[in-house]
Amino acid sequence: MKYDFEDTIAAISTPPGTGGIGIIRMSGEAAVRAADKIFSTNIKRAAGSNAVARMSSHTLRHGYITDPGTGEMIDECIISVMKAPRSYTKEDVVEINCHGGSAVMRRILSLLFECGVRPAEPGEFTKRAFLNGRIDLSMAEAVMDIINAGSEAGRRAAADQLSGRLSREISEIQDKIKLCLAETEVAIDYPEYETEEDTAAHAMALLKEIKEKLVRLSETFYRGRIMKEGIKVAIAGIPNAGKSSLLNMLSGRDRAIVTDIPGTTRDTIEEYVDLDGIPVILTDTAGLRKTSDTVEKIGVDRTYGAIESSDAVLFTADISSKDAAERSLKLLNDIKERFNNDKHMIVLMNKSDIESEGAAELFGSDAVRISAGKEQGTEAIIAKIRDAAGLGAEAGGHTAIITSRRHKQLIDNALDALSKAEESYEAHMPVDCISYDLWECGRYLGEITGGTIENDVIETIFSKFCLGK
Amino acid sequence: MGICFGNYDIAVIGAGHAGCEAAMACARMGFKTVIFAVNIDSIANMACNPSIGGTAKGQLVREIDALGGVMGKMADKTAIQTKLLNKAKGPAVYSPRAQIDRRQYQTEMKHLLELQDNLDLKQAEITEILTETDGSGAKRVTGVVTHLGAEYRCRCAVVCTGTYLKGRVIIGEHSYSSGPDGHFPANKLSDCLKELGFTLIRLKTGTPPRVNRRSVDFSKTEPQYGDGKPFSFSFDEDAPQREELLCYLTHTNARTHEIIKSNLHRSPLYNGLIEGVGPRYCPSIEDKVMRFADKERHQLFIEPMGRDTEEMYVQGMSSSLPEDVQCEFIHSIAGLENASIMRPAYAIEYDAIDARQLRLSLESRDISGLFCAGQINGSSGYEEAAAQGIMAGINAARKLQGKEPLIIDRSEGYIGVLIDDLVTRGTKEPYRMMTSRAEYRLVLRQDNADSRLTEKGYEAGLISEERYERFRRKTEHISGEIARLKNTYISPTDRTNDMIKRAGGAPLKSGCALAELLKRPEISYEMLQEIEGKKTELSFREAEQVEISVKYEGYISRQEAQIRQFRKLEKRSLPVPFDYGTVDNISTEAREKLTRIQPESLGQASRITGVSPADITALMIYLNIKERDGHDES
Repeated sequence: MKYDFEDTIAAISTPPGTGGIGIIRMSGEAAVRAADKIFSTNIKRAAGSNAVARMSSHTLRHGYITDPGTGEMIDECIISVMKAPRSYTKEDVVEINCHGGSAVMRRILSLLFECGVRPAEPGEFTKRAFLNGRIDLSMAEAVMDIINAGSEAGRRAAADQLSGRLSREISEIQDKIKLCLAETEVAIDYPEYETEEDTAAHAMALLKEIKEKLVRLSETFYRGRIMKEGIKVAIAGIPNAGKSSLLNMLSGRDRAIVTDIPGTTRDTIEEYVDLDGIPVILTDTAGLRKTSDTVEKIGVDRTYGAIESSDAVLFTADISSKDAAERSLKLLNDIKERFNNDKHMIVLMNKSDIESEGAAELFGSDAVRISAGKEQGTEAIIAKIRDAAGLGAEAGGHTAIITSRRHKQLIDNALDALSKAEESYEAHMPVDCISYDLWECGRYLGEITGGTIENDVIETIFSKFCLGK
Repeated sequence: MGICFGNYDIAVIGAGHAGCEAAMACARMGFKTVIFAVNIDSIANMACNPSIGGTAKGQLVREIDALGGVMGKMADKTAIQTKLLNKAKGPAVYSPRAQIDRRQYQTEMKHLLELQDNLDLKQAEITEILTETDGSGAKRVTGVVTHLGAEYRCRCAVVCTGTYLKGRVIIGEHSYSSGPDGHFPANKLSDCLKELGFTLIRLKTGTPPRVNRRSVDFSKTEPQYGDGKPFSFSFDEDAPQREELLCYLTHTNARTHEIIKSNLHRSPLYNGLIEGVGPRYCPSIEDKVMRFADKERHQLFIEPMGRDTEEMYVQGMSSSLPEDVQCEFIHSIAGLENASIMRPAYAIEYDAIDARQLRLSLESRDISGLFCAGQINGSSGYEEAAAQGIMAGINAARKLQGKEPLIIDRSEGYIGVLIDDLVTRGTKEPYRMMTSRAEYRLVLRQDNADSRLTEKGYEAGLISEERYERFRRKTEHISGEIARLKNTYISPTDRTNDMIKRAGGAPLKSGCALAELLKRPEISYEMLQEIEGKKTELSFREAEQVEISVKYEGYISRQEAQIRQFRKLEKRSLPVPFDYGTVDNISTEAREKLTRIQPESLGQASRITGVSPADITALMIYLNIKERDGHDES
């Protein structure tokens, strides 16, 4: 069993969505190792030089973050190292100072997650500082509150039907892994036991089924995250298409400044709204057009950043004139292309009250007519967002849904372990190695349900196989 | 007070596999030691199967040897057939096993004890352990008393009573007070242990019948050979040449099962005569037939008991059915139609203690100087017993030396897994070592037991300077060769590629480090030498370790990362004794278990059944606050 305070954790530690510089903080035994996997001091060289390991404590170093898989350079950065115990958490702490675009930071973070680091829970750095004896007694109670809040939430979640379902589903998968392991283990511990078939091959067949289940579960995280944190929706469109009016219509208050001068919204504006039970984080963006105005240019860059980090885009087309409609269509296609058709686009044909003839025909039949100025079309928009969130009528209500990043990570780790088992089987590695991966898979899943599988496997062996002198 | 017959540092009660190791360790560490056997002819008796080693058990024997124990050497001397099991299943689970000449093993062991300085061997049943209580109420061992009233003073005692405590043999409707193999039981010591505060549990085990070789028709069986490879358990000696004896395989059949089923009402397991809990990993034949009713046949191995005897052991036929039923089912088996049974199968029940009353050093938590090892702690098997025996012996001696006990943790040896499981979790059935119980088994291999434990054995004083020097040279050879393989590159010549292709591999396209080549499944270290065109100077043991370390480097380093993780909690020691009543936020069950078991580290605490991760976090917070308070006051 691995405890959560033994992992190496990472998080973006600067406030989201602002600033030219952002900091990613890591704490734990693997922090230096993970940083070295993605950090290189020379732009021409790939990461993996142990440069971070060689740094003295409390020093900075300039370099580049590269994707170890593709070799692609992601950002220029300054890295700092504070070795245990002289750090905030009394563990090894590494901080990556990079160029704050949220897309870049999230990319770097996800690279770290691939290197064996897991996302930090809220308050976790402080919790560690306490557990490791860094912060004084007066802070202890505050931290206990955080920990208790965590377990309180955990208790509530356990009572929650969804979570009960999750642990049931994980337990069912665990049972299958135990069966797999019982097969491999009995072959190992009882070499003279007569087995009718090739144990490893048999285990591999079982494994396919387990894998499919885990993949399905892992995929529910999208929906789970939205249920917990809200769906991120960016509003985009050409200048003066009525994006800010749309935001105001949906949020029900005058947050964005609505004028008819194109380019009024030069920054992104975030609004948290509850749309008929769906938590939505709306981001209004600057209108997109080619510009030479420097301030506006920054706004445009941010707009693309906001689209990048959104789950769906409310594309506001202006159909009040043929020309505006054409420019809208061009922008729509640009955005689609820029994001490789990967973004969920909801096309809204705004200003339907002063619709120019033929303008609507430029857009597909999926496009929705609205009038933000007249506050018409809210319900149609909500229905579209509901679909984008995967919470539409067709969404299955009977499977478990993961809402915790930690659970998602553990399930993905379990899947990795299974892939390794398959690779080893293909590479003709012996059964004890394959079994290692299966144990690992079982342990990761055990961390979700809080149970260990060692004794259960032995029980399974004895109940399933007839052994002995 | 009785008459004092002698003063010793350490008294070992019982001369089975645990007792012999314990006594040898104590005496060799320089302490005046006495060992008692109910019958001196029963020393190191193999009351069940005539073999040593096997999966997980072979690893234990290697570890005992690396620490300086004797079981491996005695087995090497007396082996009659040897084999490395699991050769196809991966290096973590390669397991050495030897069929043993049972009588010769006992003779050799008895002679070894007789020749050992500082060691006296006495035939007596110990009926009482003497203790005294000091002013603060703490108890310590002061001596032992024999059934004849003779008293021996000692400062430590190691209790290794095997299945002798209130031993009771059961065959069908008959049951009588007896030790194993017809020896006297030890009926009085149980009560003394109970008075000393031990919780006793009742366990059961069993053994199959023995038959006369001359009455077996081997033409109806399949002969089972050894693997013909060089073999020795001990790292200290080269593999000797041996003349091999064969084992034979046969099977039960529908008729056998029919006989068993129709006589089940006469089984003591079903009529209530047996109350002890038997091991699931070695069920009796009646258990197998009933629990696995769809299995048409069960394997039986017929194994020789020695070179100077015609007696053979029928592995797989353990039973407590009446003797006439045994005759009937034995005669239903191919090859055994006319078998003459020399000793019937029997079940035996005995007293054991709840090992959760011991520390990881195997010393009682409540009585200073009292150690327990072997089946009394709920284990089963010669190797499990010997492993505990050597640890209890070393730790009794270290106590008298005023040193910290030697604790092997779960990442250092099967011995660590065994003792931690028994002491932390306890057991309800006789505990057998299995490789699946060892979570770090890719590192706990039979080939590297010496590199894991020789240092500790040397530090304890059980490894000679000369052997230690040889071990250091071996270690250097291995690391030197691994480094060479990593730094030597081979070009894709036609000759090399031909060899690789013949082995079924894909030819090299460019230069390749030898180590990388060795990682391919089709390439062995032996082939690598052919490819290089030169013969290695490494011994077969060194070569084995090099090959495994390189071939499985990826998995081994993942396992090592897991071990680093494990050590973090293991390093956080807990005070013993400790009042868990003062810790907030832990569950009632956890508080009760922690109070009873008194774990020595946070890691050990985390393995107690009923202690949850949340309890461990709460405990850690508590300790941190307390530690800080301590600092504030000072």
